[in-house]
Amino acid sequence: MPEATFLDATELVINMGPQHPSTHGVLRVILKLDGEKVNGTECIIGYLHRGVEKIGENRTYQQFAPYVDRMDYVAAVSNGLGYCLAVEKLLNIEAPPRAQAVRVILTELNRIASHLLWLGTHALDIGAITPVFYCLREREEVLKIFENYCGARLTTHAFRIGGLQYETYDGFEEEVKKFCDWFIPKVDEYEELLTNNRIWVGRLKGVGILSAEECKEYGVTGPVLRAAGVAWDLRKAQPYSGYEQYDFDIPTAENGDTYDRYTVRMEEMRQSTRILRQAVDRIPSGPIIGKVPKVVKPPVGEAYVAIEAPKGELGYFIVSDNSTQPYRMRVRPPSFVNLQALDCMVRGGLVADVVAIIGTLDIVLGEVDR
Amino acid sequence: MADEEKPEGSAVPPPPGAEAAGATDKPAPPAAKPAAPKPAAPAHPAPPKPPAIMVTAPWESDITELLKERFGGDITEFSSYLGQSFLIAKPHAVIPILETLKLELDFDYLVDVTAVDYPKRPERFEVVYILYSFARNERIRVKTMVADGYSPATAVPVHLAANWLEREVFDMFGIQFAGHPNMRRILMPEEWQGYPLRKDYGILQQDEAWVQENLGIESGQ
Repeated sequence: MPEATFLDATELVINMGPQHPSTHGVLRVILKLDGEKVNGTECIIGYLHRGVEKIGENRTYQQFAPYVDRMDYVAAVSNGLGYCLAVEKLLNIEAPPRAQAVRVILTELNRIASHLLWLGTHALDIGAITPVFYCLREREEVLKIFENYCGARLTTHAFRIGGLQYETYDGFEEEVKKFCDWFIPKVDEYEELLTNNRIWVGRLKGVGILSAEECKEYGVTGPVLRAAGVAWDLRKAQPYSGYEQYDFDIPTAENGDTYDRYTVRMEEMRQSTRILRQAVDRIPSGPIIGKVPKVVKPPVGEAYVAIEAPKGELGYFIVSDNSTQPYRMRVRPPSFVNLQALDCMVRGGLVADVVAIIGTLDIVLGEVDR
Repeated sequence: MADEEKPEGSAVPPPPGAEAAGATDKPAPPAAKPAAPKPAAPAHPAPPKPPAIMVTAPWESDITELLKERFGGDITEFSSYLGQSFLIAKPHAVIPILETLKLELDFDYLVDVTAVDYPKRPERFEVVYILYSFARNERIRVKTMVADGYSPATAVPVHLAANWLEREVFDMFGIQFAGHPNMRRILMPEEWQGYPLRKDYGILQQDEAWVQENLGIESGQ
């Protein structure tokens, strides 16, 4: 009879979530533990499922636009941009240059806001309490610009099919410029707090490694892919909304661990301010909305349009049957696909690392569950 | 809407006492109604009706050449629409095609797997695989038609990303992928009856029995 000891006889199965502060929403992870080592995980998702795709099939094209803001609610502007671009593709129209420039400005501001929320909560998970206060303070300035522009702070619904609803307000350009000048020293401040912090480095370096091959295999995109050394960004690879006019770099790293994902996102915030400065200086004059029919009825057809959201590739696959409502409204959410790699990243690690890895994936459950 | 009505209203001269008394508004609409259709017709001629099918262009490249040579009649169509290329294949050929695309043509990133429901067609589901190649910076779609009850082979052995994406397709459409390692619902509760994204599943419809049993309420609506 084989010797069965207490330790190897049982594999401890525990639930993490759905009510857990570091799962960033209602994510439930079933952990199979051998002592402190994680032998496997299973994600249970869907607690926030609202049937966004079904709703999309039962609303007109314009009516559905506010719904997309509720998927990734910390980057609502990016969701709106992807949706508008997809419908515009089906209609075969393009937003006027002025609208495109304002779209880029708001989207980049939103990227900064999204990364700030990620940084604050991620640091909080690791045990650094101060950064979250700083990050939310800076994020507030971005939200103020959104509020001045369109009246909403989070679910902005800033864009319309074919362009913009609102003209920029007086002093918009100056305010964005002022934000950029004020924000860069703040990023340095975060780095001073964290980058060389012994605890921070100890908790993140070598944790949750995901190689470039594994990223491609799992379809992982965004900062996670770039941290693995693949300089791929849809803003450069397949530019949209006039991104080809702006000069910016794609930050990458080599090891693909949690620390690298941190450095990549920090650098992305700096690059976003670079884009902002260029965009603000040359907002062209002209109309803010193109010639869009009052009743949007794209010809029979289908299109897949993807943008680089703060979390990765956000795609919309829309099938039109020439009616006022989409026949099929598919959203390809970056968080859902990225979360799939969680098992691969935590296997063999420690329980404490699971918290770090969920944080570094930067998921939003509203988008995972839709 | 308000803008469209303006020209019609302005064509009718306002009754003399319109500004003075609200009661004189009443005779105006009947006078406007018979007059409205006549001037409207020549001013806004009906736009030409768009075609009822997708107007595609043929797609030809080194990809199509290699696939044609390899799979012949298993691929029924190479087309592109709005500059986006796609091919339609027979269900049994999809996985070998994905494999060839991945190993020989660098389409190493499976972006998405989804489905579209056409209840009137004999093969009601269209399963769509969206692929991207980092080396070519190119996106293509592989589509296949399957009947209700048919189990297409899983793409998990070729792309691990297909795991959750196929589970979602099963959850929403009820398409079982043969050979999938974990073919269970992913977003809906596991005991839920019905497949929400099918066209015959109403927007207000739900599994009442599940709601009553698990949520303890009569109805979620």
